[in-house]
Amino acid sequence: MKRPAYKPLKDTLREAHLFRVRAWIGFALIVLVFLILATRFFYLQIVKHDDFITQSEANRVKIRAVPPNRGLIFDRNGVLLADNRPAYRLELVPEQVEDLEQTLERLGRLITLAEDDLERFEQLRRARPSFQGIPLRLRLTETEAAAFAVNRHRFNGVDIVAYQNRVYPFGPSLAHLVGYVGRLGPDDLKKVDASDYAATSHLGKTGIERFYEDRLHGTVGYEQVETNAQGRVLGVLESNPSVSGHDLFLTIDVRLQLAAEAALGERPGAVVAVEPASGEILAMASNPSFDPNLFVNGISAQAYRELLNSRYRPLFNRALQGGYEPGSTIKPYMALAGLELGVITPEDTVFSRGFFRLAGQERRYRDWKKGGHGRVNVVQAIEQSVNVYFYELAVDLGIERIHDYLAQFGFGQPTGLDLLGESSGVLPSREWKRRVHAQPWYPGETVIAGIGQGFMVTTPLQLAHGISALAMRGETRHLHLLHAVRDPLVGDIVNEAPPPVREIPVADWQNWEVVIDGMEAVLHGSRGTARAVMADDPGYRMAGKTGTAQVYGRSQDEEDEREQDELPEHLRNHALFVGFAPTEAPRIAVAVVVEHGGGGASVAAPLAREVVQAYLELP
Amino acid sequence: MTPALRIPGFLLRRPSADGSLVGALLILVGLGLVVLYSATEADSGSVVRQGIRFGVGAVVLVVFSQVPPQMLRNWTPAAYLVSVVMLMVVAILGEGRGAQRWLDLGFVRFQPSELMKLSLPMMLAWYLHRRQLPPRWIELGVCLFLIAIPAGLIVRQPDLGTALLVGVSGVFVLFLAGLSWRIIGLLAALGAAASPVLWHFMHDYQRARVLTLLNPEGDPLGRGWNIIQSKVAVGSGGLYGKGWQNGTQAHLDFLPESSTDFILAVLAEEFGLVGVLILFGIYLFIIFRCLTIATLAKDTYGRLLAGALTMTFFVYVAVNAGMISGLLPVVGVPLPLVSYGGTSIVSLMAGFGIIMSIYGHRRFLKSR
Repeated sequence: MKRPAYKPLKDTLREAHLFRVRAWIGFALIVLVFLILATRFFYLQIVKHDDFITQSEANRVKIRAVPPNRGLIFDRNGVLLADNRPAYRLELVPEQVEDLEQTLERLGRLITLAEDDLERFEQLRRARPSFQGIPLRLRLTETEAAAFAVNRHRFNGVDIVAYQNRVYPFGPSLAHLVGYVGRLGPDDLKKVDASDYAATSHLGKTGIERFYEDRLHGTVGYEQVETNAQGRVLGVLESNPSVSGHDLFLTIDVRLQLAAEAALGERPGAVVAVEPASGEILAMASNPSFDPNLFVNGISAQAYRELLNSRYRPLFNRALQGGYEPGSTIKPYMALAGLELGVITPEDTVFSRGFFRLAGQERRYRDWKKGGHGRVNVVQAIEQSVNVYFYELAVDLGIERIHDYLAQFGFGQPTGLDLLGESSGVLPSREWKRRVHAQPWYPGETVIAGIGQGFMVTTPLQLAHGISALAMRGETRHLHLLHAVRDPLVGDIVNEAPPPVREIPVADWQNWEVVIDGMEAVLHGSRGTARAVMADDPGYRMAGKTGTAQVYGRSQDEEDEREQDELPEHLRNHALFVGFAPTEAPRIAVAVVVEHGGGGASVAAPLAREVVQAYLELP
Repeated sequence: MTPALRIPGFLLRRPSADGSLVGALLILVGLGLVVLYSATEADSGSVVRQGIRFGVGAVVLVVFSQVPPQMLRNWTPAAYLVSVVMLMVVAILGEGRGAQRWLDLGFVRFQPSELMKLSLPMMLAWYLHRRQLPPRWIELGVCLFLIAIPAGLIVRQPDLGTALLVGVSGVFVLFLAGLSWRIIGLLAALGAAASPVLWHFMHDYQRARVLTLLNPEGDPLGRGWNIIQSKVAVGSGGLYGKGWQNGTQAHLDFLPESSTDFILAVLAEEFGLVGVLILFGIYLFIIFRCLTIATLAKDTYGRLLAGALTMTFFVYVAVNAGMISGLLPVVGVPLPLVSYGGTSIVSLMAGFGIIMSIYGHRRFLKSR
């Protein structure tokens, strides 16, 4: 490229000279800096050498991480649900052990070291720095601790460490809800701040223990400890104490929880009880359950297999994850949708002659009562659980409007409870069916959707969520489990801010009362499906709805218990009930599912009554 | 130079290495591995891994030493542009622990800021090569702009230390190009005046490091721990040191990061002042040799680039040694070619490769 004439020529010689000057000036400065550094090292290493050599020799001081105390878990009245109890464990500091294999071998002769213990130790040893103590055996018995103490001098780098062992006093009660802590493994270390868990041996694996791990764990502390030449701790010089985790107070009332579990008895199923005004879960039972204490220090492989393979899956949290057809428990919401959208009025009646037929189709959609219920209005239709009424209503509404209306009550989506792993259930729509099944929606599917059959799937938690909104006439709060928190540094119990109000707007307030009248009639009406449950007239009114979820898909027969008895147990229907009491000012709402229980009226409704009664009788 | 060798490309030419520089680098690397063996508690695995990194680095060095400076110059704007784009990509979707520094290309993960350590001085040298020197206000402005783009992007990662080092490498180019002392003085004054602003933009952890330097005893269990223990390690080493693998500070784990950023403290503890001075001597010799090569370069581009790379190399040594001895705050700057870790080795070796290439194409050498 040709340079324009007016630009001065590059004077390469001058530039080279200029560079040389600058380079050597730079080099002189560099030499100067090295001289300064050398002087500094001279000062540290020669002038101050004696000071530092003393310090280094006295440097038997090490930093040791101190685990925080895990926060405790209480019920709403301060009953302890998860406790810390002192225990002893055997710890080994790899860098202080000369011959690891031989040491483990000798230790094994003194103290039982299971295969699981050694495996976990090996995993952690690779994940943690070698100067950190690594737990080898948890919960030493007194004999074992004594046996080691006598022989301690033979085991450099191995020591007994006191720690807090997590204990769940209620055992299987609340096991799904509170969850359990388990030993910290190398995978866990990747998920948490490793330095904060430097001394921690356990962390929350399931339930509340897992969900509120951050708040329960606390902050690691450090202490300066004096050690001997082998690194054995001689004394604590200075400490920066750990900060205990927060104590949690759940919304659960353990008395009600126990009552609900007792009411379920041996039957597999779930009960969820809610204080409808606040959205606080009062009880949440899932049966069968398991003993969480088994998991704290590592469950044996065999015991774990047994739990996994057990027929009724005790590890499975039915309340949170179990998916059930809602059956007739959906009818009150359908009725409300019909009233609100102007499809029906309280006065409109339908004549039930025992079955319903879609125009131009042969198939009969039956009533549970042979010959039908005669002419019924909406209140009577709920009271007697008249299928034909709701078949017709569903067809008039259409699946899209059903979907949109029921979604307001939280069906088809997680309730947002503070537990991990919640199922969202299914609230079907045309779009859903296309997406999931790649099929169009058929009219017959709308018909059975009217009585909660077909594709719809709900969890007991969603049933409770829905019924508490209904009980509160559309003004309730989201379900939650955390009631209050205590920061041990402050000491006061501070209530958690309640979740936002959930409002379901209605065009006519009276529509709530129509639906609730129907639900009250279920228990108090002369033809109510569950009228036997309140026959003793306990002095308060209860509203509710029975339901039956089909397991063995044969018919739309609702509450048809005759043939059920002849079926093998695992093919029998699930019994459902949702309800609340007292009707006019609800204090408790419950959802009950009894797997293979048969009829909602005969099995689930009495169970719900027991729970309600227990709650209202609490002092 | 047989005629038969005329056809093959530049890659097949005789390696144009400077024997004394190669020798000094080898001694430095060897010394580093010896100290590393001790610092990692005789973990030969780490030493082997580090050796492999040096092997890769050596290949990079040889490749770069075979690229003629003129070719490098032609590619410079593209290299700069690519580096800037990669920094932007990292800023948008980079991943890293806390700070976004890494770029994952699927088969390899690297820090674009390492690439920028080379491409920024290259870019300034390329630009000033075309201008008349010494640089005046217009050149200064353009250069500062070229520095500000990558430095700004790296500061946002946030990695203040690397941003300063990258910026400094650019400033060295200007200095070597003959920027007038008046302007240098003015810039220095401006920099001093701007430091409170810088303080304002620092992250809390960065401020804490500075404050810890001023008063390490203020938090002896926490942030002050590193500085105190490092000084004890250095000071207790004395004149001849405690002997290889006998450093109690390092081996009883009082010294943090003993194989990476604080490896110089291990050397000082085990080999004493004598060891430190020998290490400084090796570094000084490498710097001297590289600057000599820079003055021999054929053109302004080569001169400025070789000079700036050398002086940046020096800054690493000085900052690390200053940190170990408690003169500077604890910043994550490794001791070049000695600290354990792979990211900086490749860019350092590439730099030395460039310098070797400039040596191979120096003035007064009959070029074909």
